[in-house]
Amino acid sequence: MDNIILQSFAWIGLLGLIIGASLAVAAKYLAVKEDPRIGEVNELLPAANCGGCGYAGCAEYAKAIVMDHAEINLCAPGGTDCMNAIAAFMGVRATATEKMTAIVLCCGDDEVAKRRFAYNGINDCAAAHATAGGDKACTWGCLGYGSCARVCPVNAIRIEKGIAKVDKTLCIACEKCIAVCPRHLIKLVPAAAEIHVLCSSKDKGPAVKKACSTGCIGCRLCTKFGDEGAFVMDGFLAKVDYSIPITKEEVIEKCPAKCIVKD
Amino acid sequence: MQTIKSPYNFRGGIHPAYNKKLSNGSAIESLPLPAVLSVPMSQHLGAPAKPCVKVGDEVKKGTLIGAQNGFISAPIHSPASGKVKVITDVATASGRPCQAIVIECDESNETEFLPPIENWQKSDKDDLLTRIGETGIVGMGGAGFPTKVKLSPPMDKPIDTVIINGAECEPYLTSDHRMMVEHAKEIRIGAEIIRSILGAKTLRIAIEDNKPDAIKAIEDAFQDIEGDVAIAVLHTVYPQGSEKQQIYAVTGREVPSGGLPMDVGCVVENTSTTFAIYEAVIKGLPLMQRVITVTGDAVQKPANLLAPFGTSYQDLIDACGGFTEDKPAKVISGGPMMGFAVSSLETPTGKTSSGLLLLSKKRVSQYSSQACIACGRCVEACPMNLIPSELSQFIEAEDIEGAEEIALMNCIECGSCAFVCPAHRPLVQHMRRGKAAVMAKRMAANAKG
Amino acid sequence: MKPENQPELYIISSSPHTHEGSSVERIMLDVLIALAPAFAASLYFFKLDALRLTGTCVATCLIAEWLCRKAMKRESSIRDLSAVVTGVLLAFNLPPSLPTWMAVAGSLFAITICKQIFGGLGYNVFNPALAARAFMLISFTGAMTHWSSSDWAASLASGAADAATGATPLGLIKEAVKTGASIPHFSTATIMKLASGNINGCLGETSALALLLGGAYLLYRKVITWHIPTAYIGTVFIYACILHMVSPATSALPHMHLLSGGLIIGAFFMATDMVTSPVTKKGMLIFGVGCGIITMLIRTVKTGSYPEGVSFAILLMNAITPLINRGCRNRVFGTKS
Repeated sequence: MDNIILQSFAWIGLLGLIIGASLAVAAKYLAVKEDPRIGEVNELLPAANCGGCGYAGCAEYAKAIVMDHAEINLCAPGGTDCMNAIAAFMGVRATATEKMTAIVLCCGDDEVAKRRFAYNGINDCAAAHATAGGDKACTWGCLGYGSCARVCPVNAIRIEKGIAKVDKTLCIACEKCIAVCPRHLIKLVPAAAEIHVLCSSKDKGPAVKKACSTGCIGCRLCTKFGDEGAFVMDGFLAKVDYSIPITKEEVIEKCPAKCIVKD
Repeated sequence: MQTIKSPYNFRGGIHPAYNKKLSNGSAIESLPLPAVLSVPMSQHLGAPAKPCVKVGDEVKKGTLIGAQNGFISAPIHSPASGKVKVITDVATASGRPCQAIVIECDESNETEFLPPIENWQKSDKDDLLTRIGETGIVGMGGAGFPTKVKLSPPMDKPIDTVIINGAECEPYLTSDHRMMVEHAKEIRIGAEIIRSILGAKTLRIAIEDNKPDAIKAIEDAFQDIEGDVAIAVLHTVYPQGSEKQQIYAVTGREVPSGGLPMDVGCVVENTSTTFAIYEAVIKGLPLMQRVITVTGDAVQKPANLLAPFGTSYQDLIDACGGFTEDKPAKVISGGPMMGFAVSSLETPTGKTSSGLLLLSKKRVSQYSSQACIACGRCVEACPMNLIPSELSQFIEAEDIEGAEEIALMNCIECGSCAFVCPAHRPLVQHMRRGKAAVMAKRMAANAKG
Repeated sequence: MKPENQPELYIISSSPHTHEGSSVERIMLDVLIALAPAFAASLYFFKLDALRLTGTCVATCLIAEWLCRKAMKRESSIRDLSAVVTGVLLAFNLPPSLPTWMAVAGSLFAITICKQIFGGLGYNVFNPALAARAFMLISFTGAMTHWSSSDWAASLASGAADAATGATPLGLIKEAVKTGASIPHFSTATIMKLASGNINGCLGETSALALLLGGAYLLYRKVITWHIPTAYIGTVFIYACILHMVSPATSALPHMHLLSGGLIIGAFFMATDMVTSPVTKKGMLIFGVGCGIITMLIRTVKTGSYPEGVSFAILLMNAITPLINRGCRNRVFGTKS
């Protein structure tokens, strides 16, 4: 009995040695030569593999930094710390980037925005948008079928009362949601900015009012009462110019449509 | 002239409940002229027409109000005399907003028609084509492809067979059926005009065998016609009216993948289109009205109404006695298989509006988000021999290349797969989504290189 | 999908707007109806054991399904009846004397490991009931191959049967094949018993007549098509005929192969499982032939130890179903190949 157990151990051990040795040999002679710095830069990256840098995952980006001298400030999840670390390692200069976050420029949830019909079909925003133009009465607003939430690698987007909301503290600004939104409602804004115009409707006032009670009607009051140049008009839609700091928070009160929101 | 049973059967297809009895016995009635018509500038495939009248202009019945805008486009004429009230955006049946000219109709009934071409046999082929183009005739079966373009194939694609499509395989719809019963003589002349324009030797009138009265009427009207002419009696199976399936059923030829009927020497024209060609050539009438079947279990008196373009669905429903006690839950422009569900009764009719179907809640089937159970029924039903189950799974997984590889672009969106799917998957919507993604990808590739 | 927030809105969906009226629940219900005669037969032959095992399996499957969906935060799928079908089919593949707790373990394995972990109905690669049976056959070999009815053994004309442990007809044949002894002779009366189901075997697989009745119902309701059962049973029959012609002494009569073991239930109820079988007719034929060949290889090759090969044959073919689907696409209309 003992003999059998010993024998088994011996055989397994021998087998392990042989396979291990051949693996070692293979690793040595069949190895693909690679700049060792690639591995180390990869270590510095956050391993989120979100693709927000434009490369297929962190390893590819690390390769691009080492081989093709790609910009080192492209990693949104890593932020400044990551960039500085890579800068120090690669001996290049870091150009700081501001931390950004995605935001859904629509606040027309199911309590304030009307729907034109009862949609029945694929649970996907692009599909809903392509079916008779989408069920939301406002042709600019968030449909709320959650395509952005499904592509978000960090689960930063939730659907609340029929529209998408981004959690700033979780967002890594990878821009995946921006690419997937059929209505182009999601934009990257500085994470520090607090005041936003949460509407994307370029329709004229009466048309906006018909569809949604919190849509921008193009009254321009924010341009008058807000800080100089902080609010700019794009046709009948007010937009925030994020390069100008907003100090006069009374615009929130002044907005008759209540689509200027602080968060 | 003979009547033949079609010797070929395409594979697949389905047998839906046809429900044609609701309206196939009702003779075509003219709708009383509505007070207001909103005539959409896009009633066809291709570029929308450009409005060529101003607000306040007086127009007559037949006045050109929208000019043809490009090669694949068609002009639009005023269907009634009156005054242009406003030019605004309306939602068409497909849900896309488009410009429309709103006309306040008056009773004067003044007309502005083109001169008739009585002696069409002696006329130049190009004159006939010009007439078909300037009267705004497009395929009235559903696609709305400009007929002039369809009847002008390139020199290297000789056409030997013209098929007049009287299959009307969509359930509920009876407008083509009534046209054949009541206007067989006119359809005959229209068919002869098409045949002479194309120089085709063979003419077939394809009718499904569930319309014996239409077959009889066409037989009587075509009795003494010369040449290789026959009525091809087709099996009643959906989608027998689809161009590719019909060409196969009548001639045994398969339109190559990605190709057009002219690649196999065929042209298929709808019966209503054929009638429109007769009116344009012999009477000089622009295309301004059509027969539309108003039907379904949510409308009081189903009917076949001759209505001017731009009539709102509400006006059509009013003319049919309004809703039944079961209010409609779904309003469909066209038939139940390929029609568009619309959200508003303000939607205006157009050249391709063959039906208005009102279904009550109990007739509406809901799609679900269930997974495919791989039963293979869609594979059996697909008349293009595709694998809809697999295609939809590829598209769901965003593997558009994978779907393209297994012939996604051959899908004709007939809906047979979704009709039989026990999991009630929105298969056609998946296909449309996939096809749109492929088209976008191709556009991007073209733009690059 | 979305609840309507304004009730009078018209419904809008992509075309088509009409449906033939079939549903997954109706298909599953049809399968259950088709299994009813076999259930009645098993009640008749195995009495309370049939009720005990079937009840246990169905209840466990339903609870497991509900719990899995809850845990995965997905919509409940109890109402599609697929868990009931899995439960019944699994019970029908168990010997009547099996302890209840083993049936519970098997049912849990079927629903959680074989079905819900893959994503639920439609995503599973293997037929859950069969995969669970394979699992149980390996885990509880003794209990899974213990047949207790003595009625059958006593009726054997040759007396070759081991009356004490009880054996299935296929078990006896396999024993003979392995030892090189001549195949036991089965009388006409025995064969009648095979057909009616008064033999040793799993709960639901014994009565060929009741199963055929159910199969006919499935064909009539168009839940299944003829392709898989015909190809499967036909292949087994032809294979057995050839064997019998080559060597009549060492191989069983072809109809023994057809009527005994799980072939009928396998061919009509297991191999035709939609999720795990091919979608095209051509694919279904290949699938059926493959099942037939593997079944006969397992049953008749001397060195193997399993008397019955239906479960493993179907599981193996399940594994290559995606490959069959890939290779058996129809020629697309308007293309050459």
